[in-house]
Amino acid sequence: MKPMLLAFLATAVLAVLADFALDRAGFSVQEVTAGPAVRLD
Amino acid sequence: MAGRGMIRTMIRRATAACWIVMLGFGLAGGLTAGLAGGPASAQEAGSATASPDARAATGGAQTLEDILARQRGVAIDDRFRSEALGDRDRAAAAAEDLGTLGGLSDPEIWRALRYDRADVTVSARGPAEGVSAVIMQDGGMAWLAFRQGPLLRYGGWALVGMLAVLALFYLIRGRIRIDGAHTGRTILRFRAIERFAHWLLAGSFIVLALTGLVQLFGRVALIPLFGQAAFAPLAIAGKWLHNSVAWPFMAGLVMVTVMWIAHNIPARHDLKWIAVAGGLFKKGVHPPAKKFNAGQKLIFWAVVVLGLSIAVSGLSLLFPFRLPLFAATFGVINDLGLPQLLGFGELPVVLAPHVEMQLAQAWHGIVAFAFIAIIIAHVYIGSIGMEGAFDAMGSGEVDVQWAKEHHGLWYAEMTGAEGGAEPPAEGPGPKGGTGAKADGTQPA
Repeated sequence: MKPMLLAFLATAVLAVLADFALDRAGFSVQEVTAGPAVRLD
Repeated sequence: MAGRGMIRTMIRRATAACWIVMLGFGLAGGLTAGLAGGPASAQEAGSATASPDARAATGGAQTLEDILARQRGVAIDDRFRSEALGDRDRAAAAAEDLGTLGGLSDPEIWRALRYDRADVTVSARGPAEGVSAVIMQDGGMAWLAFRQGPLLRYGGWALVGMLAVLALFYLIRGRIRIDGAHTGRTILRFRAIERFAHWLLAGSFIVLALTGLVQLFGRVALIPLFGQAAFAPLAIAGKWLHNSVAWPFMAGLVMVTVMWIAHNIPARHDLKWIAVAGGLFKKGVHPPAKKFNAGQKLIFWAVVVLGLSIAVSGLSLLFPFRLPLFAATFGVINDLGLPQLLGFGELPVVLAPHVEMQLAQAWHGIVAFAFIAIIIAHVYIGSIGMEGAFDAMGSGEVDVQWAKEHHGLWYAEMTGAEGGAEPPAEGPGPKGGTGAKADGTQPA
């Protein structure tokens, strides 16, 4: 059963990492769609 | 005879369930025509429904006949609207009537927006060129109607149908048990890395399926039950999970494909398995099978094909407007001559960015329902439907008798025993594995 539990843990870790990485890489909705006149920070 | 009749009944019912699933695939064709062809044909061509004389009576505007035809979904020649966009060169001076609108009337400006012919400048930055400047496009209505109608209705019934078929199968056949006695000896069926990959794919699939269904059925099923205030955080969390868990799903899909594809190449003995439906409907029937039987191979290829399709359409949705798929795909399909062969016209190869997204979302939903229906059957047979099946993916070890009955050729390969299904073992043997490893090597 250990591989199953590890896989579920990996699912959670990969999901969080993917969200974080995409956000850092400039793929957040606001960065993709906001015009230059919009201050995001 | 009664048993044979029952089997025939079961097969008929299973066939009915398959038709429900196939209906989902069939919707793809209708969807394509509806989303891709619908708006374009409505705007560009089609049969005129009102004569110019009739329109003269309305001052050139729409007639009741035009409106009713559109409501019936009949393509109309609406060039009388799409080309009536005014003429800036003949604009009135600023101080005259209409001067402040650049010489155009309000209806002319709205028609230009409606047909995507207006020279629009927007401050929003779109993810792809020209996307933000599309202020209005009517493909969304066909998409919405499909999403709230056939997709939800037939997709939902496909899942209910599959559950009903499985429940009926369970009531009639019961749990498929090992015919022989448990030996008490086990053999390693799946290595730890194989089980990890399977559960990475399976766990993420369940999350994706549930969150996808929440998004689709939220408005019709959950909001009436829990209210909008309770549904809103559920929908937001579901969206985050759906977008993020897609990545481990794709990782799991790649892993299982790489590890198992060689074991899932169709072989001649699969025909024997198919000829007796794997022995699922009759006790004591154990057709030959290697590591994966013909049924498992079907599931494997369904997972690979549907998984790839849902992953690609999902990526198109995750990165909106950046990965358009359908115009290029339609081009390939046209080149193959498939639509022409079926009596349809060529599929459109120029699609507006938003139509691309609508098609991607709708296709994603169709594939998802087919995928979920198939996986429900897989989960059933891998858990309550068959004794000992879960052990293969749980502990990785299966009883030797189970291996002999369900994967006789594989068991023979692993142990050097004679191939094929073997008669039930006489009685339980000593506890402990055979020592045979799943990669075929024998212990030292």
